[in-house]
Amino acid sequence: MSTITSPPRVSGGEHEHGHLEELRTDPIGLLRRVHAECGPVGSFDLAGRSVVLLTSAETNEWYFRTPDGLLDQAAAYPFMTPIFGQGVVFDAPPERRGEMIRSTALRGDQMVGHAEVIAAEVERAVAGWKSRREIDLLDFFAELTIYTSSSCLVGKKFREQLDGRFAHLYHDLEKGTDALAYVDAYAPIESFRRRDEARVEIVKLVEAIMATRGAYTDEDRDLLDVLMSIKNEDKTPRFTADEITGMFISMMFAGHHTTSGTAAWTLIELLRDPDTMANVVAEIDGLFEGGGSVSFQALREIPLLDACIKEALRLHPPLILLLRVAQEDLEVSGFQIRTGELVAASPAVSNRLGEHFPDENAFDPERYLEPRNEDRANPWAWIPFGGGKHRCVGAAFAQMQLKAIFLVLLRQFRFEMAQPSETYRDDYSKMVIQLQQPCQVSVTPREL
Amino acid sequence: MPRIVVDEDLCQGHAMCSLEAPDVFEVPKHGTVQLIGDITASHLEAVRLAVRHCPTGALALEED
Repeated sequence: MSTITSPPRVSGGEHEHGHLEELRTDPIGLLRRVHAECGPVGSFDLAGRSVVLLTSAETNEWYFRTPDGLLDQAAAYPFMTPIFGQGVVFDAPPERRGEMIRSTALRGDQMVGHAEVIAAEVERAVAGWKSRREIDLLDFFAELTIYTSSSCLVGKKFREQLDGRFAHLYHDLEKGTDALAYVDAYAPIESFRRRDEARVEIVKLVEAIMATRGAYTDEDRDLLDVLMSIKNEDKTPRFTADEITGMFISMMFAGHHTTSGTAAWTLIELLRDPDTMANVVAEIDGLFEGGGSVSFQALREIPLLDACIKEALRLHPPLILLLRVAQEDLEVSGFQIRTGELVAASPAVSNRLGEHFPDENAFDPERYLEPRNEDRANPWAWIPFGGGKHRCVGAAFAQMQLKAIFLVLLRQFRFEMAQPSETYRDDYSKMVIQLQQPCQVSVTPREL
Repeated sequence: MPRIVVDEDLCQGHAMCSLEAPDVFEVPKHGTVQLIGDITASHLEAVRLAVRHCPTGALALEED
């Protein structure tokens, strides 16, 4: 007879809020220690709640295949509620949510149009780069991806009414994701205060844009026009500016810091590996010898560039901890999970499991080429996009976008590090991980 | 001919497969993939591409 036991608890966590302080300062260290000390099923204490962390391919498969009704996302991310607003995204029941999440804007047949929009946005962002200059990777990619995601998801007309202010305020929202939210999402700390101020300011920007809208044609109609046209029975508008802003913030959220960070890390890893950089530049130059636009190429396989993006995602996954709440008592690999406990998978740990990824800490894009195909061969260990029903619905969009970005950047410009290699690092103090500033690189037009 | 195997847990309705092989795959606006035709020699290559490019790895080919 098999016995079911509680998962082992990792060392440390003597603080008032258990391992919360460590999660706020060195989350990767904490997650790796759980795996090292406890094995594939371990636990830590997040402000009095037990988090069961699963770290093997086998337990990840169980995690990603378990339906929403048993492992629910809704209550797992309390730090998002003040950003999205009440009643957005996680307000619907699980069965309805699945349908809503399969946004038609991300279907395959929409990708050609998105690729054209993105290529044009990247060209526009670099249009003024006529001489050598330094850019900050976080500022540059964060602003660029505000324009691409707003244009693709809301519409070109809305994007044209945005400027750098929106990107700056959006960044303050992302910085307002301190894990202290597990104790109190409205605790009196600076980052939460700035988060709430930024949200008020973004609503004002959207309100100002709404005030400019009137009659529209089918050709120039965007999602804002559509939402504004929906009325209650008494002819009053169905959605307030605050609600519409919440929808836009949440639609853009998943694709923003993630894509921005991956673009930065792909570039940094290529700058650290000049041979691979030279090969990628040659690959891109070769593509354009045959003609074809950036948007056309971005939708096709570009084997080495694809591999470099995958490898940046493996080493620097934008989300390091994926969370659910157990809705019933469950069992995984002989260990008990109790109702109400948080259950987690960690791309930061799984993506570096040595048994699946030889030389796991090395940037080695060749691991994705034939015959190794280490991403396809390990679908439950290579999890930068998660897995199962909740696998990132924007993954294909993101990969296309990243390719379009590098097709433009590397075809026209030469990049160099503008600070010591080891000083490019992530800031792990928030649940939304961003590059630590400064993160400068220098850019020179290739013809100079 | 090989047989198509769909992992229902994984399909998210991206409809990449129906772009590659519209005679074999259909994806409703809200829903997951449906097989609407048999594989014939003429679309075997398109089906292989559909399997390869499925964003969620929900498709597999089982060779005879």
